[in-house]
Amino acid sequence: MNEIIKKNASELVDLMASGELSATEITKAHLDRIAEINGTINSYLHVTSEAALAVAADVDRRRAAGEKLPLLAGVPIAVKDNLTTTDAPTTSGSKILEGWIPQYDATVVTKLRNELMPILGKTNLDEFAMGSSTEFSAFGPSRNPWDIERIPGGSGGGSSSAVASYSAPLAIGSDTGGSIRFPAAVTGTVGHKPTYGAISRYGLIALASSLDQIGPVSRNVLDAALLQDVIAGHDPHDSTSLPESLGSMAEAARNGSVKGMRFGVIKQLSGEGFQPGVKKRFDETLALLTANGAEIVEVDCPSFEYAIAAYYLILPAEASSNLAKFDSVRFGMRVNPGENATIERVMAATREAGFGPEVKRRIILGTYALSSGSYDKYYGAAQKVRTLIQRDFEAAFAKADVLISPTAPTTAFKFGEKVDDPLAMYLNDVATIPANLAGTPGIAIPNGLADEDGLPSGVQLLAPARADARLYKVAAALEALHEAGWGKRMMDFAPELKVGA
Amino acid sequence: MSELTPDLVRHLASLARIQVTDAEVDRFTEQLALIVDSVAIVNKAVEGDVPATSHPIPMENVFREDVVEPSLTQEQALSGAPDSAQGRFKVNAILDEE
Repeated sequence: MNEIIKKNASELVDLMASGELSATEITKAHLDRIAEINGTINSYLHVTSEAALAVAADVDRRRAAGEKLPLLAGVPIAVKDNLTTTDAPTTSGSKILEGWIPQYDATVVTKLRNELMPILGKTNLDEFAMGSSTEFSAFGPSRNPWDIERIPGGSGGGSSSAVASYSAPLAIGSDTGGSIRFPAAVTGTVGHKPTYGAISRYGLIALASSLDQIGPVSRNVLDAALLQDVIAGHDPHDSTSLPESLGSMAEAARNGSVKGMRFGVIKQLSGEGFQPGVKKRFDETLALLTANGAEIVEVDCPSFEYAIAAYYLILPAEASSNLAKFDSVRFGMRVNPGENATIERVMAATREAGFGPEVKRRIILGTYALSSGSYDKYYGAAQKVRTLIQRDFEAAFAKADVLISPTAPTTAFKFGEKVDDPLAMYLNDVATIPANLAGTPGIAIPNGLADEDGLPSGVQLLAPARADARLYKVAAALEALHEAGWGKRMMDFAPELKVGA
Repeated sequence: MSELTPDLVRHLASLARIQVTDAEVDRFTEQLALIVDSVAIVNKAVEGDVPATSHPIPMENVFREDVVEPSLTQEQALSGAPDSAQGRFKVNAILDEE
């Protein structure tokens, strides 16, 4: 394996600054890796080689001319395919948008372009980000580089598998109920869901607008922080965008510390009932934190028990409304069921052919939750639960600086295990969903391998709204403690990926 | 136990403009009944007067400066449409012949 692709983003920045590597060499090395393994891993739905190399060449030219460049200039990145790009198809993992080329860039994509980061391509996801495994992508699942018979998490399994298989040092994800954090947990990588509004959602194909948040995906905490600093900030195109800056995440990550910090273990998410190896690593992490000057306290969040239920009412309700725009008129597929068919029948036939099973299920469920007669009973009650969950967080953060839980109940499961059992699939996000309901930030970092299967487990840290920097500070410190204990980085445990066999 | 019947699922799908096959109706009825039964516990969570939260971080009166900014041209707006004519989106008949 070319050693270039094993470098973290921050290392690549230094190597370019010292002249040891050019942006073109770095971009080529990643494109070669993609050519070698994407047929197996299927992280990328679309690779934008030419555009990426053009940006890299521009960076090299400017650097040679002595221009001052943005910090991450020349560091390649992968972008989840639910963000619009004017130079590449944007499908959101759905047949209904196959081949669609948007007419504007998402704000996050514009920021990456302004930073002069070569965009390698668009990554796979469950259709419209509905799923935890990428098995609901219309373009086939992505595979977990740790074991290609297993899921890479979802919905952002394209981004997680790209970073974990060294076919990108960084990626963009989006997290509605755990779609950044769950994939990070099962691939041994890092993912952060920022505070709601910290990053513009303009150009993100909406799943559930009050829950969606874009965030960074990487192999270490500092890289995620560097990327968040590039993509964060107020955007007049997104009315939910926070007007204030949340500060430098990279600075927080560079000043990692857990000493004197109070870590709240959530009674309802303490790992009871989780896979034994996940729970064991989690308990060891608590001991590690204590040994390094942190204080562990227990916090009670009784309403979290209703979080999945509230989520699976609010999300489908919002999704059924958001996905109404795929109506065969302005973009995407059109299926004509007969010569004199009315537009209504054209819409219904198009949506029948263009949407997969999980999307249909959730649209129908959302239509039900919003229909008169069930609105108060389901959607209204779910919105009240949302208030209770916010109150639970408030009470918890009165006792603790950050909350800590396993990111997911299990390690990566095998393809097909849960695909026909929606309720089992929904449980993967039990620990991640509360942060989306409350709009608070959450970071997932590797937490060692589970004994029973040797696969990555993850730990999640949660903070109050706008306290993203606090998460980077403690996550960087915990990562350093872990690496000191392991004697290597999490990804160094991964078996060598065999492709084309 | 659940109020989700095949007829209701068919009706909801038609409201959502999704044509469904009989096999889909059967499968969705079974799956959605389980999901609805399981999410109905939200009613047990709430006692007394709790305000609803629609938005995690509430903001009010979000405006931008009232200045003209670039927007899509007509050509761009129509570029992704399955069919267009004379600068407009072209669709099938809105009304049935009857």
